[in-house]
Amino acid sequence: MDIPYTVKDRPDTGLYNGKLGIWLFLGSEVMLFGGLFSAYVFLRTGAESWPTGADILNVPLATLNTLFLITSSVTMVMSWASLKLKEFDKFKLYAGLTLLLAASFLVVKYFEYTAKFHHGLFPSTNNFLGIYFTLTGLHVLHIIGGMIVIFFFWMPGAKMWESDPDRFTNRIEIVGLYWHFVDLVWIFLFPVLYLL
Amino acid sequence: MADLTPEEIRHHVKTYVIVFVALAFFTVVTVAISYLDLGVGASVVLALGVASIKGSLVACYFMHLIDEKITVYWTLLITATMFLILMLLPLGNMLAQIKI
Repeated sequence: MDIPYTVKDRPDTGLYNGKLGIWLFLGSEVMLFGGLFSAYVFLRTGAESWPTGADILNVPLATLNTLFLITSSVTMVMSWASLKLKEFDKFKLYAGLTLLLAASFLVVKYFEYTAKFHHGLFPSTNNFLGIYFTLTGLHVLHIIGGMIVIFFFWMPGAKMWESDPDRFTNRIEIVGLYWHFVDLVWIFLFPVLYLL
Repeated sequence: MADLTPEEIRHHVKTYVIVFVALAFFTVVTVAISYLDLGVGASVVLALGVASIKGSLVACYFMHLIDEKITVYWTLLITATMFLILMLLPLGNMLAQIKI
């Protein structure tokens, strides 16, 4: 039996089921990160002194990471647009570039984290580092999760393009929405943690 | 986004490139602002203002919220309301501190 509304829109919601599902999931993700942003404001406003992120963290590396994620968002949406234009080879190229940029983000983050540990700066050192590692660590987990899904659709899952291209295109749209959300979270994390 | 013609998709692609350039520009602006000695209040407002512009560009064009179904907007309205409540929670703490 086929799963209904994987391609066609449901008459009541106006969306195919996967799309409504990802938006509901992203709503819960907003609350997850929102709770931690709220904790950040609570900790910062309650502290007698609070360090400027730039004094402890590496702003040039974080700027580079911001550019990696912004570019990966473009390549992600281009991979979806390529499928809409029936250009499967371009989809493979753009999805591969998205994975490469995501991996670059993780490499930079690895160097940032190890530099902190090397200088004896741990989550337990103070509240600033505690919330910094919690927020960026959770974000890194989201990057890794997204990479696993994109890799699946890039390699083994891409077989669906031959059997059901419209459904495969919708799957890429859904993973794209998740990926853009991860980019969006970083857009706010960057100034809040590194620049203010 | 189901019924787009190839011409419309190509038009979208051009928009994506423009949005990418805008995002890169605003990233540079965000970093530049942080080097100005504006005081905490002005820095917070400017940095979060620029971040909000960047976030809106990603949401509107990459996530296609500029042309989405009403069900998505309702879902996001509920989310935004709950998010606002979460962000207002520390306000009580701030007000208590001012009182002291």
